[in-house]
Amino acid sequence: MKYKAVIGLEMHCEIKSNSKVFSSAKNEYDELPNCNVSEIDMAFPGMLPVLNKECVRKALLASLVLGCKQPDYIYFDRKNYYYPDLPKGYQITQMHAPIGVDGKLVIDVNGKEKEVLIHDIHLEEDSASLDHYSDATLIDYNRCGVPLLELVTEPCLNSAEEAVAFLETIRRIYQYCDISDADTKKGQIRCDVNVSIMNEEDKTLGTKVEMKNVNSFSNVYDTIIYEIERQSKLKDSGRYDEVIQETRRFDEETGTTIRMRGKVDAVDYKYFVEPNIPKYKLNNKWLEEIKKSIPMLPKDRKKMYIEKYLLSEYDANIIIKERITADYFEKCVILGINPKTAANWLIVQIVAYLNKNDIELKDFYLQPEYLKQITDAQEKGIISSKQAKEIFNKSLEEKREPNNYISMDNGQISDEKELNILIENILSNNTKQIEEYKNGKTNLFDYFVGQVMKETKGKANPIVTKKILKDKLDN
Amino acid sequence: MTELSIEKLHELLINGEVSSDELVKEAIEKSKKLQKKCNPFVTIIEDAEGKKVTDNLLSGIPYGIKDNYSTKGILSTGSSNTLKDYVPFFDATAVVNLKKAGVVAVNKTALDEFGMGGTGTTAHTGIIKNPWDINRMCAGSSSGSACAVASGVYPFALGSDTGDSIRKPAAFCGIVGYKPTYGMISRYGLFPFASSLDHCGVLTRSVKDAAIVVDAMKGKDDKDLTTWDSSNINLYDSIDGKVQGKKLFYIKEIVDLDNYPNASDELKKHLSIFNDSIENLRKLGVVINEISIDKNLLNVIPSVYVCISCAEATSNLSNLTGIIFGPRGKGKTYIDMMKDYRTNGFSPLIKRRLVIGSYILQKENQERYFVNAGRVRRLIVDKMKELFKEYDGLILPVSTGIAPYLDGSKDELSKDDTAILEEHLQIGNFGGFPSITIPNGFIDNMPVGINVTGNCFDDANVLNIAYALESTMNYKGMIAGGNNEI
Repeated sequence: MKYKAVIGLEMHCEIKSNSKVFSSAKNEYDELPNCNVSEIDMAFPGMLPVLNKECVRKALLASLVLGCKQPDYIYFDRKNYYYPDLPKGYQITQMHAPIGVDGKLVIDVNGKEKEVLIHDIHLEEDSASLDHYSDATLIDYNRCGVPLLELVTEPCLNSAEEAVAFLETIRRIYQYCDISDADTKKGQIRCDVNVSIMNEEDKTLGTKVEMKNVNSFSNVYDTIIYEIERQSKLKDSGRYDEVIQETRRFDEETGTTIRMRGKVDAVDYKYFVEPNIPKYKLNNKWLEEIKKSIPMLPKDRKKMYIEKYLLSEYDANIIIKERITADYFEKCVILGINPKTAANWLIVQIVAYLNKNDIELKDFYLQPEYLKQITDAQEKGIISSKQAKEIFNKSLEEKREPNNYISMDNGQISDEKELNILIENILSNNTKQIEEYKNGKTNLFDYFVGQVMKETKGKANPIVTKKILKDKLDN
Repeated sequence: MTELSIEKLHELLINGEVSSDELVKEAIEKSKKLQKKCNPFVTIIEDAEGKKVTDNLLSGIPYGIKDNYSTKGILSTGSSNTLKDYVPFFDATAVVNLKKAGVVAVNKTALDEFGMGGTGTTAHTGIIKNPWDINRMCAGSSSGSACAVASGVYPFALGSDTGDSIRKPAAFCGIVGYKPTYGMISRYGLFPFASSLDHCGVLTRSVKDAAIVVDAMKGKDDKDLTTWDSSNINLYDSIDGKVQGKKLFYIKEIVDLDNYPNASDELKKHLSIFNDSIENLRKLGVVINEISIDKNLLNVIPSVYVCISCAEATSNLSNLTGIIFGPRGKGKTYIDMMKDYRTNGFSPLIKRRLVIGSYILQKENQERYFVNAGRVRRLIVDKMKELFKEYDGLILPVSTGIAPYLDGSKDELSKDDTAILEEHLQIGNFGGFPSITIPNGFIDNMPVGINVTGNCFDDANVLNIAYALESTMNYKGMIAGGNNEI
């Protein structure tokens, strides 16, 4: 890259909570529009905001984890502007005293450490969602008043890779701390991306261009790549004055950024302190309690997996990617499954199964306790690794405990010799059926399989059985 | 009978000498007559019915609600065209609390649009006239409530007070107006004007009635974070009239006649009536001192009020877009629709205030106007709190005299040399102080009032002093024009 890129991010993430940040309406994604609303969300005359303590707790948790300074008093500001997605005509946010300022986070970018400075993190409310049609706009107030955490970095990132690595790290932290599900598919994360370029030796930053409402990490990546290229081309051709301070949006279809408005059109939000929420003195006791509740974070877990459980870095990285995966893994270890075995099952079998069937780990039938039944049997030599996989699939298919398919004293009969003898016997007692089969009644094949199963009380390995039967009947 | 006090009505109800239904019916009939004479109501609830009489002093008694309180299933307009058809689906907390006490709402009273005026001339239903003289104003913004209580429609009506909106109309109508400490009564369901200055309160014909009603309205409310627990305070029980040794002060720069070289006869009379009241209190053993306060600090009170109230109002009224409620405006874009709705819905006075508020909040002006106003507000409040360490309260005359004539009156945001006498009640809103106005005399057959303001949470003390003063005069329970029919 010819020029040095300077990138700053504003990351909005919905907080997970029972109710909204200033009302008792449910904070829950719902397909049915306008069902999770109260008079407060819709700003009916006389309503007053009631601050949700759990949201403040989670925001403080984020502030602590990101190494921010907390304010002495918690209070809020009104950001005033007219738009149909904002029923009150103002958004309650934190401008004067954010819940955290001057934070710092070391992230891993392709194996290299990078320190990211956090300007501030603040708690605010989301707006309603709008659906624009050619002749009308529909408003869904379900999202209106949903708690949002807005994190603002300093302009300290220098590539699209760094930006996305930072976002991934934050997303993971939020998930690990149960601050948010941070699900981009549900629109729980939205980013504003600021990009400028400069010569390596320049002392002052170039002209900043802002891209609003970029709604996925891959779009953040593409936006940055595109914007660096756009600005670089202009700079190359001596037209850098055409890079102006403005707000643009990322257009997914063309993969380009499109101008929305210039700096002169910037809105004056007329911020002032929200008078209906009294200043709350933050006490150390509460902060200490919150500090104690911080769970082990992905970075530390990764370290533990590598050093204590002797996993490869590659495996560790996959497992910590989602808290639920890491929790599953740790539960396996606690139950006594060998960490490497657990990691293998998780990374190979389980991930493949989840991807193939498009389900999430939380909805996965075979919880660690069940997985242990399989790994135990395998360890004791009762079943082979091949059988283990079969039992894994069978158990998932029939939603029955693996133990149902594992028998201590009488395991599955997979021995070809043993089965051969058994099948010879059965065939010699069913000559009539063999004839019919050979004359074209091929569905009798299942009858023979049934006979084998009947004889072995279901313990014959079906695959081997079928193979032998096919050999004998078709030749 | 509705011209009687709450205590008396309760006695009659308990003894079966009158029924709640009869009182309600009487209040409705009087409302209809008064509506023709003075136009104080937005809605008369003609199908209101009496309620069961219990031990609660308020049970079965009719009352009125200012139309900027949200009332479930009953039109609530804020006296504005922007909400002319708005029927809320929830009750204000104060109304809920009163319902529990067993009172019966019989009407919704008109106000200066959204409480933003002091004349009673800007309601969307027209001018509200003073029952003592229909050519004069009631002042505002709780104009309809003051008019109805003064006329004996019922013993009390709800008001709201952002600058003096309960206490000034009370003075002009010869009744009691009381706004308790900020946060004692929940503001949930009160249409906001300026949230940091808005108070709920009541208009009555006696101090005791005011105490009874506020006892029922108050309480910590989960829906209003600025409320506080006042369960250990019982205002009615605290009134004993014992004021020996209490200390009050008045401000020289406001009440000394020498401040007004061009004083009218009316103003002279008004100040002399004030001095009579001071003497009455002294006779009861109250110590009253004259205090001097930097005139510069006093002179800026109205400007500080305009800055803060207009700024907050601009934001508070931003929910009025005609999109979710209110008559939808015409236009191709949402901006055109909002513009149309707001242009046609608001009266010119409101628009003026909103423009001022918007100007004050602009980035380049905020520090100079809004932030500085906040600082001066703090200075004034600190000065008062310092004085309240030594004194039980501040006592001052209300306004410069009697209610002005309607013709020729304009609602102006400030007046010149008597401005501070006209506007000092705003101090009570700056500090959230408990503040009560009671009638203390007549000029040209029109009532005038006096105000006592005390420290936050000291409501019982303030009411007791007002009660003692009330007891030295014959203006308790007055009905406009005597007890004649409306």
